[in-house]
Amino acid sequence: MSSHDVLDIVRRDPRAEWIARNRLHPLHGTLVSDATAEVRGPSGLLRKYPHRVGFIGPNGIKRIDRLKGNAAASGKGRRSAAQEVQLPLHQVENPDFYIVVVADMVGGRLTGHDKDVIGQAHKLAAGIEGSGAILAVCFGPSKEEHFDTAGVDRLLLLDDAIYDDYCPEQKLAALVQVDTEYQPTHWLFPDSVNGGTDLGSRLAARLHERPAAQAWQVDHQTTVCRGAGGTMDITRATPRLLLLAEECADQIDETRHEALPVTLTAVPTVVAQLQNQGPVAVDPNAVALAEAEFILSAGNGIHDWEQFHQAASVLGATEGASRVAVDDGFMPRFRQVGATGTWVTARVYLAVGISGAIQHMQGIGQCDKVIAINTDAGCDMVKRASLSAIGDSEVILGELIKQVQAFRAQQSVEGDQDAA
Amino acid sequence: MQPNSLQLENLKIVTLVSVGKHPQSGRVRRADQDSRAVELGLTLAAQNPDGLMVLHAGDPAEPGLRSYAGMGLAAINVLQLDPAADAVAPLGEQLQQSGADIVLTGVRAESGEGSGMLPYQLAEKLGWPIVSRVADIVSVNEGVAEVLQALPRGQRRALKVRLPFIASIDTAAPAARQSAFGPAQRAAMTVTVVEAETDTVRQSWDEAVARKRPKRLKVIKAKTAAERFKAATAKSQSEGGRIMKKEAPEEQAQAIVDLLIEEGVLR
Ligand SMILES: Cc1cc2nc3c(=O)[nH]c(=O)nc-3n(C[C@H](O)[C@H](O)[C@H](O)COP(=O)(O)OP(=O)(O)OC[C@H]3O[C@@H](n4cnc5c(N)ncnc54)[C@H](O)[C@@H]3O)c2cc1C
Repeated sequence: MSSHDVLDIVRRDPRAEWIARNRLHPLHGTLVSDATAEVRGPSGLLRKYPHRVGFIGPNGIKRIDRLKGNAAASGKGRRSAAQEVQLPLHQVENPDFYIVVVADMVGGRLTGHDKDVIGQAHKLAAGIEGSGAILAVCFGPSKEEHFDTAGVDRLLLLDDAIYDDYCPEQKLAALVQVDTEYQPTHWLFPDSVNGGTDLGSRLAARLHERPAAQAWQVDHQTTVCRGAGGTMDITRATPRLLLLAEECADQIDETRHEALPVTLTAVPTVVAQLQNQGPVAVDPNAVALAEAEFILSAGNGIHDWEQFHQAASVLGATEGASRVAVDDGFMPRFRQVGATGTWVTARVYLAVGISGAIQHMQGIGQCDKVIAINTDAGCDMVKRASLSAIGDSEVILGELIKQVQAFRAQQSVEGDQDAA
Repeated sequence: MQPNSLQLENLKIVTLVSVGKHPQSGRVRRADQDSRAVELGLTLAAQNPDGLMVLHAGDPAEPGLRSYAGMGLAAINVLQLDPAADAVAPLGEQLQQSGADIVLTGVRAESGEGSGMLPYQLAEKLGWPIVSRVADIVSVNEGVAEVLQALPRGQRRALKVRLPFIASIDTAAPAARQSAFGPAQRAAMTVTVVEAETDTVRQSWDEAVARKRPKRLKVIKAKTAAERFKAATAKSQSEGGRIMKKEAPEEQAQAIVDLLIEEGVLR
């Protein structure tokens, strides 16, 4: 036997073991370090002391921290996740080719359809060799703040005064210029009644392209589009110009894009053959509730119905109602908004005295901007609204009527001055 | 407003019609938008029955064509051409020769390719303006027509356009009158045989009955269990909207008016 072997022998100390076992022994603390619940026992075995796990909380109750002191850090992580997540940036430095998307921009913002088309553009670009940039062409003043997360690599914003009005011929001239300057591989338009179809068809006729209309399954080689009034599927080679159906592709949601502004040399002013005479007044209550653009909706918080109807006519809004207002006989059944009424698509929904029951909220799920007038600042409608006025409906509606009338009067004075 | 009769007397209107297909049964019928275009043509040519020409390019034996004639037409003009031929060139020539002032078409055909390009291609070929989605032609005065265009959400826009022009008629236009069987059978078919180039591009296409489109699924891309739970049980949460609690009613109303103007709904 060598001395080395002697050193390996574990020598037991019966007294130390006895003291370690006896928690009440005065020397117990010196032999057992209190901090750890797991120690090597004198025999070399791992010992766990359940009594030593955890600590006594401030109110005298034992607390066991199973996150081993990481709780604070993970709590912080969760809070930051609830904040804005910074998506990875997708950069295209020197694009080999462009795919142009001409957005509808209803009300100055990208529509869901526009975003579908941008998603489709990225899908197309992924199939083509080289690095392509998605160039979005937007006419008129823009209120959109999220071009980057929608997937726009390059942004051509044509917001000169000439594009404000309805001017398909002027826009066509601009698009033809884009065609010569950027020579895009593909032209994508939303196939929509908001102008995408019209502009796309005009450009196709001018460029002598044969577009695929109502295209819904597109890759860089083949396109499936609807024909014959939506009853046939046409499978064909992907053309250069596409009019895309809604939900043709998934929207971009996992990347951020540069949305770098680009420019176009000045477009010559076209002599318009179509002269816009402006919108024609239509009776807002003749428009179907489901497709009305601006709804003034009444709930149980309305007491002066004369005033409500006056407000609707002054604002030029279509009237809507909650179920309570309908059940109480103040409004006809076809005006009811919600699960058992009409699902509305209004861009602006002004809810007066409506608490925001879930059955009502389902009906306004597609509305962009909700404005609430309510006495209760804690109700669900106020939580949903972009702007809430807390107060009595009668007072606020009265004030609203006065201000809108003043606005109208001022507008007509200006109109007269313009005409003069 | 009644169309100005003095101006309408020597107006020449051409309505282009195609063969329709019922969306559910697939039966041949008069196309909805095209028949509205014929209806509008009949209204415009009320004082001058010779002013309306209804024109079809294709097969004159097509039974669907007769139902347009049943709306009170004496004759239908047909440019007979091969079913696989491209109709744009012969139609353009015919329109140029006929000296049309207003050409009415549907927005999209119910059979064939149905891309809605025909009126645009004709307009490009003839160099005429095109007005899309017309709901009504209100008046024609000194060679200028006032047209109502159908916009989404039931809105209308007034436009002025110089003759001659092409208008595609929307489903918002007045509904077509009934088609009577007897007059439909008696109407004459004026056939002109024309030569046209074959549409070679279309021959390489595959056509099949429309498949149902897959519904887009709502994919929840939550990374943690807590986020998934929240997505599944989501209730309307405060979106950080502006809440005006203490302000005077005047200020609150002002803020609402400002928002309405910014959104462009207060006009
Ligand atoms: C099966 C089923 C289906 C339903 N379907 C529908 C549906 O399709 N559509 C629908 O709307 N409801 C529906 N409901 C009813 C729904 O649950 C609610 O009862 C209803 O929406 C409440 O209407 P309200 O908000 O107008 O009334 P309330 O809940 O009574 O709310 C009134 C609101 O007005 C406010 N208010 C009171 N006085 C004033 C004042 N002077 N000035 C300003 N604010 C004031 C109050 O603070 C309150 O927020 C359904 C219910 C069921 C069970």
